Amino acid sequence: MLQVLINGIVLGSVYALIALGLTMVFSIMRVVNFAHGQMYMLGAFVVYYLYGQFQLPFWLALPLAGLALAVVGVLFNRLFFQPVLASAKREENSMLMAVGTALLLENLALTLFGEKQRGVPPVVDGSFIFGDISEGGAILTYPNAMVAALSVTAIAALLLFVQYTRPGRALRAVAQDKEAARLQGVDVKSITTLGFAIGAALAGLAGGLLVTIYGVNSGIGSNISTKAFIMIMIGGAGVTSGAIVGGVLLGFAEAIGYDLLPGSLTYLLIFVAMIVFLVFKPNGLFGKPWG
Amino acid sequence: MTILAVLLLLPAVLGDSRYLFSVLMNCMGLSLIALGVWLTFTIGRTNICQAGFALIGGYATAIFLAHYHMNFWLALPLSALVAASAGAVIGSFILKLRGIYFSMLTISLTEAIRLAFLNGGDFTQGSRGITDLPQPFGDSVFGLYYLALALLGFGLLLTWRIHYSRVGRIFRAMRLNEDLAESFGTHVWRYRVIAFSVACGLGGLGGSYFAVFTQSIYPQSFSVEHSIYYMLFCFLGGLEFVSGGIVGAFVLTILFELLSQFQQYQTLIYGGLMIAVILLLPNGLMAMTLRRKEVRA
Repeated sequence: MLQVLINGIVLGSVYALIALGLTMVFSIMRVVNFAHGQMYMLGAFVVYYLYGQFQLPFWLALPLAGLALAVVGVLFNRLFFQPVLASAKREENSMLMAVGTALLLENLALTLFGEKQRGVPPVVDGSFIFGDISEGGAILTYPNAMVAALSVTAIAALLLFVQYTRPGRALRAVAQDKEAARLQGVDVKSITTLGFAIGAALAGLAGGLLVTIYGVNSGIGSNISTKAFIMIMIGGAGVTSGAIVGGVLLGFAEAIGYDLLPGSLTYLLIFVAMIVFLVFKPNGLFGKPWG
Repeated sequence: MTILAVLLLLPAVLGDSRYLFSVLMNCMGLSLIALGVWLTFTIGRTNICQAGFALIGGYATAIFLAHYHMNFWLALPLSALVAASAGAVIGSFILKLRGIYFSMLTISLTEAIRLAFLNGGDFTQGSRGITDLPQPFGDSVFGLYYLALALLGFGLLLTWRIHYSRVGRIFRAMRLNEDLAESFGTHVWRYRVIAFSVACGLGGLGGSYFAVFTQSIYPQSFSVEHSIYYMLFCFLGGLEFVSGGIVGAFVLTILFELLSQFQQYQTLIYGGLMIAVILLLPNGLMAMTLRRKEVRA
């Protein structure tokens, strides 16, 4: 039982990081970034190459993964999303662009990196052991502990940034009401770009963290995106607390399911539970009515 | 319409090229499935679970043929019916979600349906799928080709009839403003479920066709990626035109085949071109014909 709890905390903290990035983009642009999972995958590959292949220290490779994805985010936003948002006749068009970028990134990765599953050497070795394993004790390996700790740090840093700094306040203002923010002198265009960049960087960070445990391949993007959708739907799209709660809930559901059920049955049950939940609470736990 | 006429005569010209036939048959099957997605667009829902219902249709056909040795001509409409009823049941719950929530939920639904078939035990034979399905026409390519054409013609006619009837007008009214339509006395819930269930039926029909075309069905036959492509076909063809989904399916599938000479860069160029189309023609390929008319007028 303790083991399930630990697994749940580790998974939940990274999932919350993934969901936060997606919900950030959604709250600011009203766009569901279908490429979120692909950005996660790119972040994982950046760490794989910098840390795994070129032997850079992990503590350097991880922020670089976030930075690289932030650049990708800025480019995508400026080149693809803002023109479409400006000219589209129907709201679905921005979603189309999101899907298009997701396919582009996935194809790019397949061409550049191939289909092989890749892993990196462990950053830290060893494990914490709680109690006697044979009598219900549990293991928390150092890599898992590191991933959880770094995720929580990143989440805390983001929350502080959004809460207490000037650009953070501007972000919240744009999310609340674009017009009102513009009237208050907020440069909406560059703040939107900043939001998209942060969202992308969070995906990159999460990918860079989890590559140390699960490895990476070019095809994991849509899988991660689907998980991220589940999390923000449970919590309510565009709500920060919702993303965190959704991420932690999914992490625990997965940890408990994998403990009790054979492989793919877990996700079947998660999907069914989520659909039933959304029928009764269509806006998620904390979401506002929308759409 | 002209496309259909051309397709009717094409076999005489093409002669005996199996490759070209299979590409065209692929296009027709995909168009049929995409028509269903297009229909859900008309009620203002972005449907990304069409692959799930194609999977239901395909498995229904496979199970009817392999386990019950049913006649193919009975199994085909029955499979569409199974998919349509499944769509009606599921739709009556999930259709109250709107906008992006509906899209995200339907993505999960595609995955859920796939996992359900994966865990179906002996009935669906798990990841091994059901293979060696009998072909209704023996070795002849023409039989299947004309079957696909007939199905596509039926699907187009059905969608056309719905779109330009009173029901179609109600659908459009619901897309523009659901609450307003309801306040005018439209039974919104019922029409939503009708639209969704017809759409799922078309998906099931397409899935059933692909099951006999490839003589097999696996949980992987229709996945989230396929759902997303069906949606893209409609977008790129044009959401304002009944033929939008068909045009999108044909253009994109044929384009993909043409790009095969670039080998490993095939998918990359394909993705890049897609983005270019979205940027340059945000309202779809069919919108080009509209623009030309406007200029002339």
